[in-house]
Amino acid sequence: MVDAKDFASDVRPTWCAGCGNFGIWNALKKALAQTGLAPHDVMLVSGVGCGSKLPDYTTANGVMTLHGRTLAVATGARLANHGLKVICTHGDGDGYGEGGNHFVSAVRRNIGIVDIVQNNRVYGLTKGQYSPTSPHGFVPRTSPQGAIEEAFNPLAVALAAGGTFISRGWSGDLEHLTWLITEALGHRGYALVDVLQPCVTFNRKYSYDWLRPRVYKMQDQVGYDSSDKAAAFAKALEWGERIPIGIIYRTESRPAYEEMVPALEAGPLVKQPLRAKTLPEYEVLKQEYL
Amino acid sequence: MLVNDMTLKIGGEAGQGVESTGRGFAQALVRGGLYIFGLQDYHSRIRGGHNSYQIRVADHDIYSHDERVHLLLALTKVAIDEHLQEIVPGGGVIYDPALSVDEADLAAQSVKAFPVPLTKIAVDQGSKLMANTAAIGAAAGLTGYDMGVINSVIRDNFGKKGQEIVEANLRVAAAAHGFVKEKYAASFPFKLKKIEAPLRMLISGNQSLALGALLAGCRFVAGYPMTPGSPILEWFAVHSKEYGVVTKHSEDELAAINMVIGAAQMGVRAMTPTSGGGFSLMVEGLGLAGILEVPIVVVNVQRPGPATGLATRHEQGDLLFMLHAAQGEFLRIVLAPGTIEQCFEAGYRAFNLAEKYQSPAIILSDAFLAHSPRALDMDALDLDVPIDRGALLSDEELDGLTERYRRYAVTESGISPRALPGHPNAVYALGSDEHDEYGQICEDVAVRTQQNEKRMRKVEAARSEMKPPQQYGPPDAELTFLTWGSALGPVRMAADILSDQGQSANIVQIMDIWPLPVDKVTSALQGAKKLICVEQNYTGQLATLVRAYTGIEVDGLIRKYDGRPMSPEYILAHLKGVV
Repeated sequence: MVDAKDFASDVRPTWCAGCGNFGIWNALKKALAQTGLAPHDVMLVSGVGCGSKLPDYTTANGVMTLHGRTLAVATGARLANHGLKVICTHGDGDGYGEGGNHFVSAVRRNIGIVDIVQNNRVYGLTKGQYSPTSPHGFVPRTSPQGAIEEAFNPLAVALAAGGTFISRGWSGDLEHLTWLITEALGHRGYALVDVLQPCVTFNRKYSYDWLRPRVYKMQDQVGYDSSDKAAAFAKALEWGERIPIGIIYRTESRPAYEEMVPALEAGPLVKQPLRAKTLPEYEVLKQEYL
Repeated sequence: MLVNDMTLKIGGEAGQGVESTGRGFAQALVRGGLYIFGLQDYHSRIRGGHNSYQIRVADHDIYSHDERVHLLLALTKVAIDEHLQEIVPGGGVIYDPALSVDEADLAAQSVKAFPVPLTKIAVDQGSKLMANTAAIGAAAGLTGYDMGVINSVIRDNFGKKGQEIVEANLRVAAAAHGFVKEKYAASFPFKLKKIEAPLRMLISGNQSLALGALLAGCRFVAGYPMTPGSPILEWFAVHSKEYGVVTKHSEDELAAINMVIGAAQMGVRAMTPTSGGGFSLMVEGLGLAGILEVPIVVVNVQRPGPATGLATRHEQGDLLFMLHAAQGEFLRIVLAPGTIEQCFEAGYRAFNLAEKYQSPAIILSDAFLAHSPRALDMDALDLDVPIDRGALLSDEELDGLTERYRRYAVTESGISPRALPGHPNAVYALGSDEHDEYGQICEDVAVRTQQNEKRMRKVEAARSEMKPPQQYGPPDAELTFLTWGSALGPVRMAADILSDQGQSANIVQIMDIWPLPVDKVTSALQGAKKLICVEQNYTGQLATLVRAYTGIEVDGLIRKYDGRPMSPEYILAHLKGVV
C-alpha cells in the first residue's frame, strides 16, 4: 500500500516558512496515495518558479522544464506514454503568462493532464514582480505606479476554450484540496486545478487571513449543477468578498485527445516497437514516387 | 537532332497548375526510363505572381538544373517575357494564341513559336480546366515523346476523379499531341525518347528525409507549418495512421520542440521539422534538450532570412547559427545533407547519433534540396537502416538494479546509461537547472564542474564518430571545390563541365558538420592545389568554420545570396573572378 510519505524525497524544500506550496505539495502526495498510484506511475512536469521545484522534493518521475513550457513538454510525454499519469505543477507566471498559448491549447485539445497551477498572483522566485493574475493596480517592483492590466481569469478562459474539468483549490484547506486533486486525477481529459496560495514574502495582500474567510465550497451549494456552462461562467467571474472553490465545471462527455489518435490504439507509444510494421510493408512507400 | 538532353520549363501564375503540370510531365519522363532534375520557383502567394517548374532531362543521372531552356510551356504572356532570354537558339515556346504573343520577339532570339489552341482543344475534347493536360500533350507531340507513358500518368493522377474525367483528359492530350506532331514536330530538333530502364522514383529531399526518419523508428513528429519545412510535417500526417506515428501540428514552434522533448524523454524517437524562423523560436528548447540530455531531432530546412526573408526561396545562411544557437555550451550534432540520398541517410543517422550521445541532433537541409525532385533508382534508398539506441537500459537490467539510479552518472565517455520513466527501480526527475548525478537541482562548485565536463566529453566522443567529407573527382585535380548542402549538385555539374573542357576539378563536401571532424577535414583538404569554397550565403560560413578549426584558408569564395539556387553556369562564370 502506497503512503503519502512514499512520495517525499530526501531534499528539503527551499520554500519560505508558511509558503502556500507546502499545502499544495502535501495535498498532491496524499491524493496520489489515495488514488493508489505508485511513484513510478506518475510523471510530474513543471517549469521554472518556486512552485516548479516541487518535482525535486518529490519521489516520482519528473521533468523540470523551461519557464512556460510545462504543458508542451507534458503533452509530448503524455502522447508518448499515456500509461503514466501526467501531472503539471507550475505557477501563474509559468502557466498563464509565458505559457499562455500552451494553456489555451491544452484546454482546447483536452489532453489527459492534471494541471495544478500554483497561483499566488505574484512572481516569487524573481523576487516580487506582478504576474498575469495580479489585480489591476497591484504595486510590486515592476509597476511602482500600479499594474495597468486587468487580471487574467484562468477559469473563465478555460471555460471559453472548451475546458472539461475546471476547478479552483485553496492551499489553506488540505482536506478539500486533496479531494479536489483526486477528482482531477479521475478525469479523462485536461483537468485544471487553479490553486489559490499565499506568497508570504512578496504578496502580503493575498494572505491566509485575507483568503480564508472569503473562500466557500461549491459542493456545499445546493442545486449547483457543475455541468451547466452558463452557471459555471457566473461562478468563474465571481471574485472579491466571496470566492468559490471546488469544481466549477465538469463534463466527461468529451474523449481525451489521446483517445482520438489512431497511432495510440495499439497502446502507449513507447511500449510499441520502433517500427509499426515489417520492412516489406515500408517498401510500398516507394511506390508513391513512381 | 539532340535526343534526351534538354530542359523543359513550364511557366504561369500561381493557381494555374504549374507545379502539378510540371510534376506530371516529370513523372512521365521518369517512367520512360529518363533521368530528371526538377527545379521549382514560386512566390509566397496563393494566386497570381509568376511561378515556374523546370525539368532537366538526360539519359544519365544528373544532380542539378542548368540555365539553358530548350522548350518553354508558357501558360501566360509573362512566362515568355520572363524566360525568353533563357531559351537556346533553335528552342521553342508552346503557348495559346489567345496570349497575343508577337512571334517577331521570339524570332529575334532564334526561338521558334509554337502557338497551340490549348484552351480550345481542352474545351472541345473535355473542359476548360484541362488546358494544362493539352500543354503536356503538346510538349509530347513536339518532342516525339511516348504517349503511352503520358497516358499512364494521366490515368494515375486523375483516377480519383472518376473514369469520365480520365477519359476526357486522355482525349485532350491526344488531340493536342496530334495537332503539334503534325504541324510543328519536324521543325523542333530536341527530342525525348523512352528508353528501357528499371523503375525509378521521382523523389525530393523532404520526402526522402521523412522516409529515413520513419524507418529509423520516428514515432512522434510535432511541428508548426513553415515553408519549406512543412511538407515533412504533412508527409507524416498523411502516413501517421498507417505507420503509427503521432503527428502533432502544435500551437507554435515553442510547443513543437518542447513536445518533442517530452516524447523523447519517455523513450519515443521524436522529431520536429521547421525552417530558420521556427528554429529561432526553438533555440531555448535546444538548450533544454542539451542539459537534460534528451535525444531529439530537429530539421531546419533553410530559407533566406533574416526574419521572414524570402519565404519560398533558397539560401544556406544558417550554418553557424546551428552551431551556436542557445546559451551555454553543450553538444549538438549537425548533419547537412547535399543530395536526396543523403537526406534519407541524415533522416535515420540523426536518430542514432541523438540517442547514442543523448543530445539534440539537427538536420540542416535547404529549400533547393527540399523541393527539387530527382530520379532515383529503387535501391538507392536501402530501407533496412541500422538502428542504434545507445546506452539504453533494458527492463531486465533495471530489474537487477540494487542502488539508486543515477541518470547523470559520471562516466569516461560522458554518456550515462539511460532509463526510461516508468520502472519502479529507476524513479528520477530531471531538471533544466544544473543537477547532480541523480538529477537533483544542485549549485555545488564541484558538481557543476563535473556535470559540465561530463556533458562536454560527449563532444569529443561524437567528433570521433563523424564521417569524413565526401570526395568526388580525381584526387590530383588542379582545382578543389569545397562545398556543403544542396550547392553540391551544381558544383558537381560544374566540375563535369570543366572536365569535359579538359580541366580537372574535384570536390570536398562536408555533410557531418558538427562536431567538425577536424582531422578528417584537414586530410581531405591538405592536397588541394587551389581551394574554392562554394556556398549560398554572404559571409562564407563553411569557409569560416573550416579556417577556424583546421587553419586552412580557401583561395577563393563563390557565394550567392539572391534567394535563387546556385547553377553550374553561375559557378563557372564566377570561377574566373576568383581563380
